[in-house]
Amino acid sequence: MTPPAATAPRPARESPEGGVQTMTYREAIRLALREEMQLDERVFVMGEEVGLFDGSYKVTAGLMDEFGSERVRDTPISEEAFVGAGIGAAMIGERPVVEIMTLNFLLVAMDQVVNHAAKVGAMFGGEVRVPMVIRTPNGAGNQLTAQHSQSFDGWFAGTPGLKVVAPSNPADARALLKAAIRDDDPVLFIENLPIYKEKGEVDTEDDSLGEIGRAAILREGTDLTLCAHSFATVRCLEVADLLEQRHGYSVEVVDLRSLRPLDVETVAASVAKTNRALCVEEGWPSYGVTAELAARIQRACFDELDAPVERVGMAEVPLPYSKPLELGAMPGKDRICAAALATLEGAR
Amino acid sequence: MGESVATEDPSVETEHRLALYRAMVLSREFETEAERQYKAAKIGGYCHLSSGQEATTVGTVTALEEDDYLVTGYRCHGFALARGVSADSAMAELFGRQDGCAHGRGGSMHLLDVERHFYGGWGIVAGQLPIATGLALGIVRQDRSQAVLCELGEGAVNMGAWHESLNLASLWKLPVVFLAVNNEYGMGTAVDRASAEPEVFRRASAHRMHGERVDGNDLDAVVEAATRLLTLAREEREPAVLEAVTYRYRGHSVADAGLAYRTKDEIAEWSGNRDPIELERSRLLEAGVAAGEIEAIEDDAREEVKRAVEFAEASPEPALDGLARGMHAPGSEAQFAGMRAGSPFGEETLTFDAGLGS
Ligand SMILES: Cc1ncc(C[n+]2csc(CCOP(=O)(O)OP(=O)(O)O)c2C)c(N)n1
Repeated sequence: MTPPAATAPRPARESPEGGVQTMTYREAIRLALREEMQLDERVFVMGEEVGLFDGSYKVTAGLMDEFGSERVRDTPISEEAFVGAGIGAAMIGERPVVEIMTLNFLLVAMDQVVNHAAKVGAMFGGEVRVPMVIRTPNGAGNQLTAQHSQSFDGWFAGTPGLKVVAPSNPADARALLKAAIRDDDPVLFIENLPIYKEKGEVDTEDDSLGEIGRAAILREGTDLTLCAHSFATVRCLEVADLLEQRHGYSVEVVDLRSLRPLDVETVAASVAKTNRALCVEEGWPSYGVTAELAARIQRACFDELDAPVERVGMAEVPLPYSKPLELGAMPGKDRICAAALATLEGAR
Repeated sequence: MGESVATEDPSVETEHRLALYRAMVLSREFETEAERQYKAAKIGGYCHLSSGQEATTVGTVTALEEDDYLVTGYRCHGFALARGVSADSAMAELFGRQDGCAHGRGGSMHLLDVERHFYGGWGIVAGQLPIATGLALGIVRQDRSQAVLCELGEGAVNMGAWHESLNLASLWKLPVVFLAVNNEYGMGTAVDRASAEPEVFRRASAHRMHGERVDGNDLDAVVEAATRLLTLAREEREPAVLEAVTYRYRGHSVADAGLAYRTKDEIAEWSGNRDPIELERSRLLEAGVAAGEIEAIEDDAREEVKRAVEFAEASPEPALDGLARGMHAPGSEAQFAGMRAGSPFGEETLTFDAGLGS
């Protein structure tokens, strides 16, 4: 029960072997944090259980050992206070990376995010900046029930003054988190619980930053564009393979990576080529990310569309605990596949 | 419910003590079984056990009158059972089955029983405090003589909702007792690493509210304090904070081994020397209750949990067409006629034929 004395940083471990490595999404985030903390004294991490406990989802494992408890700060359960404290520290030049255990808990700090962090730049006429990152996972699928299984990406992405980034693979996660930390605006960096264990190749010698506001074509195709972000992209890549193998369709997958700013150009160019679009998200689709995409696509591609833009998301219910009910509500591969076929074949 | 442990008639007192002892054992057995079933993948999600905290749970709930209200956080199995929710319906809820107390919708964190005035296990730290305050406001508006018991972990006292709720309750003289269960850790964070004032009860004074601390492993002490404070709330509209100092043996949830932030010796110290069930057991023996009688009670509680698992296994999974069950008040269907609820794009695979209401 005695609090450990503030720990001093230990000399940094040798960097992991260089070159291209296969690592999990979780490890890629941790790598980006380490790299940025090594580079810039102003970068510090705070959040619940990020230090002694190694992070609720082990993203920050080992960082307190390496950087000490002043730079990897365990907080009380006080989201509103420490999100706001991040804003304040950022306003005078610190570069806080605030971890919120899951996106669900950001709601109690919503006022600080939406009505404070997002306002500072414009409301004070550009006199002050908030170079802060809030990292947090969203997502469902583990029977965590109604209060713990939500994805509010669209709410934040709809807020002028914020930047919202949500990569789908380890390489992008590392590059975009580094970019977010160096960005001079508040960036909400949305991770995802099931995505943490996804693996991918990361070129650890490539220090280029990710480009906030740039989508990526992860898979080329000619018949249909699947458009998604974060874990929904992982699902879409699998569905694209299925559609090709079982039904012979050539499917393109656009990974948004960034929700605000949104790369409408890349999305529109893809749909102009395939003439059909299915937008997928983990959250509730009404008034959501896919709603925004559908509106933008129909405007940009009105003459090129061969079918209405379709959308798949979470069933619009507070998520139930029961496994079969939860599965029934999720935007799983079956539902994405069915919607894709309907878009491709015109059947409903 | 409601009697204090010290009654005049010794046989009545013994009977009451045995009932409380059984409730504590039932809670422990239930948690042990829940962990086993979780590891067998029968239970999913988060599953927060309260083994070690039984005197606090049972001692406070027994101090409630039948029509008082109870609200808790997510560590709610023991509270539900002590309030009279059957082990069957609690276990069925953990299994996500139709016969669970929330019909399989809530799971481990969201047990409830409206009939017994248990208004829910809640999952957002401190989220239940304003709600409990509101139940107390309802009581005042309805001019009834009732009290609300609101459980929270000691980690919740650092949330704004705690301060705001205490102020409101004190300002408006609302009949609510905030039970801060101080089990030493909020996840992996020891109380003095999170709270500038680690003696949680002292924070009540900032709101001119009574606060006190009780040994949460001593059933008699808990019953005494809870009875006194709930009576004051009920009769004088005096809200209070009761801090019960206790210990959780298992990890934060079943997924946490619970060893990264504390020592095995520390756990052994509490479970070996300060176990609330052992303490009560030795008091019963001292009072002359036969060991055989105690063992019979323990066997009986174990049997009840075993039957609960069978009941849960046999209960059906909720049907998919009831996905939106309870989301809106009955009669809302017409309002949603233009926006098919739950599946606004009319996906065929999402059916809500059972409607939105009950
Ligand atoms: C607002 C909010 N932040 C974070 C969490 C995640 N969380 C769940 S329980 C918990 C620890 C709570 O500790 P305490 O209040 O002491 O209760 P205990 O678990 O010990 O019963 C945390 C951080 C949450 N549920 N809600």
